[in-house]
Parts: sequence; C-alpha cells; structure tokens
Amino acid sequence: MAANLDFDVGYVARLARINLSEGEAKAFQKQLSDVLKYVEKLRQADVSHVEAAAHALPIFNVFREDKSQEWFTAEQALSNAPRKTNGLFIVPKVVE
Amino acid sequence: MDGKFPAKEAEKANVDLPLGGVPVAIKDIINVMGQPCTCGSKILRGYRSTYDATVIQKLRAAGAIPFGKTNLDELAMGSSTENSAMKLTRNPWDLSRVPGGSSGGSAAAVAANAAFGALGSDTGGSIRQPAALSGVVGFKPTYGRVSRFGLVAFASSLDQIGPLTKTVRDAALIMNAIAGHDAQDSTSLNEPVPDYAATLGTDLRGVRLGLPREYMIEGIDPQLKAAISAAVKQLNSLGAEIIDVSLPHTDYAVAVYYILATAEASANLARFDGVRYGYRAENPRDMLDLYGRTREEGFGQEVKRRIILGTYVLSSGYYDAYYLSAQKVRELIRQDFVNAFEKVDALISPTSPVPAFKLGERTADPLQMYLADIFTIAANLAGICGISMPCGFAEMDGQRLPIGLQLLGKPLDEARILQIAHAYEQSTDWHKARPPVDETAKKT
Repeated sequence: MAANLDFDVGYVARLARINLSEGEAKAFQKQLSDVLKYVEKLRQADVSHVEAAAHALPIFNVFREDKSQEWFTAEQALSNAPRKTNGLFIVPKVVE
Repeated sequence: MDGKFPAKEAEKANVDLPLGGVPVAIKDIINVMGQPCTCGSKILRGYRSTYDATVIQKLRAAGAIPFGKTNLDELAMGSSTENSAMKLTRNPWDLSRVPGGSSGGSAAAVAANAAFGALGSDTGGSIRQPAALSGVVGFKPTYGRVSRFGLVAFASSLDQIGPLTKTVRDAALIMNAIAGHDAQDSTSLNEPVPDYAATLGTDLRGVRLGLPREYMIEGIDPQLKAAISAAVKQLNSLGAEIIDVSLPHTDYAVAVYYILATAEASANLARFDGVRYGYRAENPRDMLDLYGRTREEGFGQEVKRRIILGTYVLSSGYYDAYYLSAQKVRELIRQDFVNAFEKVDALISPTSPVPAFKLGERTADPLQMYLADIFTIAANLAGICGISMPCGFAEMDGQRLPIGLQLLGKPLDEARILQIAHAYEQSTDWHKARPPVDETAKKT
C-alpha cells in the first residue's frame, strides 16, 4: 500500500468537483490523513491468493429482454430540475 | 407532512391484508411518490419523489400505509443522526443522547411509539446500531433479499433495506411484505421467500450459537458486557449450544469498509450536480463552478469528507493500493463467516460497544465515530443477515439506556435468525419496557 504522505486534499477535492473553504481543507487534510494512516493496517493482511470481491453475491451479469417499457414522461423527469425550459435542463454555457 | 392524507388512506384500508391499515414510517432516503425525499441533506431540499420505491409498492400491496418520513444522517452517512441538515433527533430514553444512526429517526419513532414499525437502510449497521441505542428490534436482511430500487444509493454493494419494530414478530411481518426478487434491482436475489412469521415459535434445542472471540474487545462498556453474558446464558438455558468461534480478519473490517463504502459513495453521489434535481448554486460562471459550488454548499461535512476519501482511493496510482486491496480483504472477511457458519447456525455479539452517547460527544473525531461500527460492519461486507434486539439496560447519569444484542446469520437464513431472536425475546421482558417519553404521552 502506498504511503499517504502525498495526500493533498485540495487536489482530490478538485477531482471530486467539490469546492472547499480554507477551514474545511485544513480540517479534512488532518482528519483524512488520520483515516488513511488507520487503513494502512490492511498491508498486514496476506491477500496473495485472494480474488477481489466486488460484492458478496455470486451474481455476475444480469440480462433482461431489450424491450421498451413505460417510464417517466419528460415532464416527470424535469419536475425536480432547478432550472428548465421547453422540456430541457438549463446549464451554464459550455461552448463559446 | 399532511396528516389528512394517511387518515384518508386508513379509511380505505383493507384489514384482511397482512398489514392492512398499519402505518409504517419510512427513512427519508426511500422514495415515496409525491413526498419529499431529503436524505437529510440540503442538496435534496425541495425534491419530491416521482415514483414509489419497490419496498413502498410492496408495503402498499400488503395493506400498509407508508406514513411519515424519518430523519437520518445525511445520505445515511453517520452513526448518530447528528449529520442531518434537517432536524435534531434525540434518543427517547434520554433526550440528551443520540438515537444512533443513520436510521436514527426510524428507531426513535418506533421507540417512542409514534409508529408501528419503520423502514431503515443498513450499509454498515445503520439499522442495527440505532435499534440497539433506542431499544427496538432492527433487522438487516441478506444483501439482495430486499430490493434497493428507489433507495437513494450510498454504497451499492453494501446497502440493504430492512425493518425497525417493537417486536421480532413485527419485523417478520414487514419482511414478509418487502422481501423478494425485483427485476429493477440487478443485485436482487431470485429465491423463494418463506413466511417468516409462520416459522416463529420453535424452541432452540439443537441450535448452535457462536461467540466470536475477536468481538470480546477492550473498550466494551462493562454493563453492556454483563448484559450480553446474561443473554448468552439465557439462550443456553433455552436449549442453544454455545460454541467459541473465530473470525480472524475482524480487525480489518473498519478499514475495508471505509475504503469500499467511500469509493462507492464518491461514484454514486456524482449525480448531485445541480442540474437534474436538488440544490443548485446561484449564478454559476461555468459548469465547473456550478458543480464545485453546488456540492460545496449542498453537502455537509461528513458527506464531503467521504466523497473526497472515496475519490482518493479510486484515483490513478492509488486504486490498487487501496481499493483493490480492500476488495481482497473483504473476501477474507466473507470467508471468515463461511468458515464460522460451518460450525454454528448464528453468531452472537453486542450490536454496539457502548450504549447511546451524548449529543455532540463524538462529532469532532470522525475516526472514533467510525470505530463505533466495529460489530456491525462485517455483516455488510460479507452480505449476511443480522438482527439487533433489546437485551437489557445500562444505568448512566441516572437514566436507563437500552443495550442491543446482535445475532448474525448465514445468507438467506433470515427465518432462522428471526426464530432464535423470537425465542429469546419471548423469554424476557426487555421488549416490553417503554421509554419515559412514551409513558408521558400516555399519562397526558
């Protein structure tokens, strides 16, 4: 397991698309470094012969028939949108 | 919420159905059509569900009335319900203490007799731990036994919906209604559902119960230890054989959990971006500004912390070291249970190492709060079922605080866990004790 000395909360918060205040960044840097230090204990486990488990069930691919079904109307899908117009979500301008 | 609406529904109730006319409170992270679903977060303030979760459809089909949404830690992240952006929920046994979490509102509502029963969700103990701290029954089904469709996702490989009730029989009745396959949830198990209530009442002769030696850790409250020992003796006197077992990888469970749960959460919570629903920051300059400020202003501290941790463990260069290695240790933990269940039918432990703690007592140190989940987390990692039920009281500052006994069972062995729990419950009076708030209500 990699050492976490290079954990930079500002960089990771940008990856996660969360702005942080200075106070939050400082507190999280310390708290999450503590957590990362704690999880270092996983290094002691012998996992050389173990396959990774994504979940605990022996279920893998689940297929269904490719058939259309009744679902949300556009109106329902837009009913909680903070900004919308003419059946569309409104976002800030993306291309100039 | 609108009080008239359920009253109207109650008039139409078909009392011939198994849960005919029975009001069931719903953790506010499960979608009920037309009602708010805040998840205890500012980011979903004002949101109204456009559909019923599968469990809600199934409750309605059994005659129950989904009634009221209950408070929780924001997006189910927490062990005290203090992370809610909505309201403060107190423990009905001692109003200066937490009800546990994250399904603290559901536990408190049932304990205070404000609901027949409630639904909660359990990702690392979020049904069982608040049930223990609030003195009610909390049941976490096997992963895949109950559909997650319509449950707002926290950690999809761990989340499971289950009931919180006053008695084991009530939990069995709600399980009868909500268990079963659902094509809308690809991890839903296509296995027959037994009648959980019909098989209650058998005695414990021939039942083998395991005491995991790794769960006898330091730091367990002595009053709690004594209550668990007494419960073990009681189960033994009812005919169960008590066997020492080992779950050798227990010490890794909290570390594995906080890597996998946060990783999954960081992906699941990417949907909260201020575009399709929920809170949106004012006057964004561009898309990145919209995302960054919406999530800064909309999420609380614990959710931000976990998204950032999850993003880190999945990020380039760290994925193998953290995420992949945690998945491998998860498999070792699952194997521990498979091995233990070759020798025993169920495992016994405390649900939480301590009874309800004071409001504000643990909010400063997230790691300490995480370590409080030590007995409940492994069941989610292994995908097995478990229950917490009242088994006594601790005296603290002159108040009686409930203690929870946890039973863990094999995958899909819900019926047996409920049988054992029922036999114990019926041989004691713990489930009949009512908190002071309930008695006050009766007198006035």
